[in-house]
Amino acid sequence: MNTALELASEAGERVTHPAPADSPLAMQELTVSYGEKPAVFSIDATVPAESMTAIIGPNGAGKSTLLKAALGIVPRLSGRVLVFGAPLAQVMHRIAYVPQRASVDWDFPTRVIDVVLMGLYRELGLLHLVRRHHRERAIACLERVGMADFADRQIGQLSGGQQQRVFLARALAQNAELYLLDEPFAGVDAATEKAIIDVLKSLKAEKRTVVCVHHDLATVTDYFDHVLLINVRKIAEGPVATTFTADNLQKTYGGRLATAHIDQLKLPAA
Amino acid sequence: MGAEFVQLSLTPLLIGILAAIACALPGNFLILRRQALIGDAISHVVLPGIVVAFLVTGVISTWPMLFGAAGAAVVAVILIEAIRRVGRIEPGAAMGVVFTSLFAAGVLLLEQSDTSGVHLDVEHALYGNLESLIWFSAEGWGSLTDPAALADLPPELFRMAAAAVLILALTLIFWRPLKLSTFDEGFAGAVGIPTAVLSLGLVITAAVAAVAAFDAVGSIIVIAMFICPPAAARLMTNRLEVQVLWSVAFATLSAILGYVLAGYGPLWLGSDNAVSAAGMIATVSGLILALACLFAPHRARVGAPKGS
Repeated sequence: MNTALELASEAGERVTHPAPADSPLAMQELTVSYGEKPAVFSIDATVPAESMTAIIGPNGAGKSTLLKAALGIVPRLSGRVLVFGAPLAQVMHRIAYVPQRASVDWDFPTRVIDVVLMGLYRELGLLHLVRRHHRERAIACLERVGMADFADRQIGQLSGGQQQRVFLARALAQNAELYLLDEPFAGVDAATEKAIIDVLKSLKAEKRTVVCVHHDLATVTDYFDHVLLINVRKIAEGPVATTFTADNLQKTYGGRLATAHIDQLKLPAA
Repeated sequence: MGAEFVQLSLTPLLIGILAAIACALPGNFLILRRQALIGDAISHVVLPGIVVAFLVTGVISTWPMLFGAAGAAVVAVILIEAIRRVGRIEPGAAMGVVFTSLFAAGVLLLEQSDTSGVHLDVEHALYGNLESLIWFSAEGWGSLTDPAALADLPPELFRMAAAAVLILALTLIFWRPLKLSTFDEGFAGAVGIPTAVLSLGLVITAAVAAVAAFDAVGSIIVIAMFICPPAAARLMTNRLEVQVLWSVAFATLSAILGYVLAGYGPLWLGSDNAVSAAGMIATVSGLILALACLFAPHRARVGAPKGS
């Protein structure tokens, strides 16, 4: 990595920066704070349409918070979020969300199929009955993640990987254009990881946009085409090929990522 | 059983059942949200609220009591938040401190004020006066069709029935968002459910149940019914829909068994004094929970590690 490449990436970034109106998800000077210290500080980012974007950064960098602020789940202190060029409230139906698996109590008394049907909430509303076609759609979503045989199981009986697939199936049921996933590969088995990435790639093939908070630096180049590197502030954003560089990683992780570690990573060919 | 039952036992029994169901319904959600202590807190802070309402208005009637209790609940919530933030104490401890001291303050207020003219004392606050809610003018089952006799039914019955119907209706109408936000608050927020409002609504509903039940059955039943029937019901099934039905069944069973045992149990044991029905109903609900812990089909799942 040399200065020339870095300049190229910065220049490239400026050129490929689409106007927010075309972007499925654009954040402008987004700041979120839980206490006195901001968790996310003045982040500008634009997710390109039909991309697969990874949000990368160390623990406590505000990755999940950024996603939640984009969804309006946590209040933002300042800044703006535009989804498909519109304020969030008008376009909620175009977003699907997969929270962190560990954020819910899997001992909750409900079945797999009921969790997937939650993805149809906007359609079902308060009082509409679940009809056969709703159920069939939920089963189809479970089929896509290889979990149709588990429809009537209590969710507490699932393994971690199976739980993650059920969450993905629920997001598929939302039938959205923008998919926001919080660490979908955290603590899952290899078969589940493969199943999930296949589904995400098929979503991209269907011209939908996928944004993942992602932890595993080793798989970034294989899975994603766009990255957003943050550590409370934005460090860099752009195509994986030009932005996912040793230099940027060093800036994002600071001393926490040893140079030796970076050398082992599969970085885009320089 | 007949005329005497209708006159002496029918209304207390019905009020007991309605109170038990009204508390058990929101209790299901409070327990799953790990907020069971909120029900406990509410039923305690109701006392000072009601005493203050009485001191201000000089009468015991529904609306002042309701406002007094609601006001006390708001004060309690503010105090809990304040202690948590300023004192940096964990929420459970802050809650425990606030509701016990508010209840104690209510007891002190009650002792200092002249409530001899009305039925309001510490014992009443704990155990209610279920046995005294009899239907004077009833002469048998036929009175159920006699408008004059019906007009003489204790007003607590109508109040409790109205609260139970309201809570049942709210539970049915908001079932889907309640279930969704109880399971996964983040996702619920992302599909546009106002989770904070819903959460507050649940606590207010629990407060309505507590206030309505407080006057008739006292706070012991309220606390027991918020927790015992739903907790026992959770052990019977792995589906929330079925769990809520079980909790209603257990609440009803506790009320009936508790009332009967309180009235006749001591007689069967050779004593001639009946014991407090409210105390017995709460005890029976605890026994049902104990039996469920020992024998219910899904007992192994409760306490299972989170998110594993």
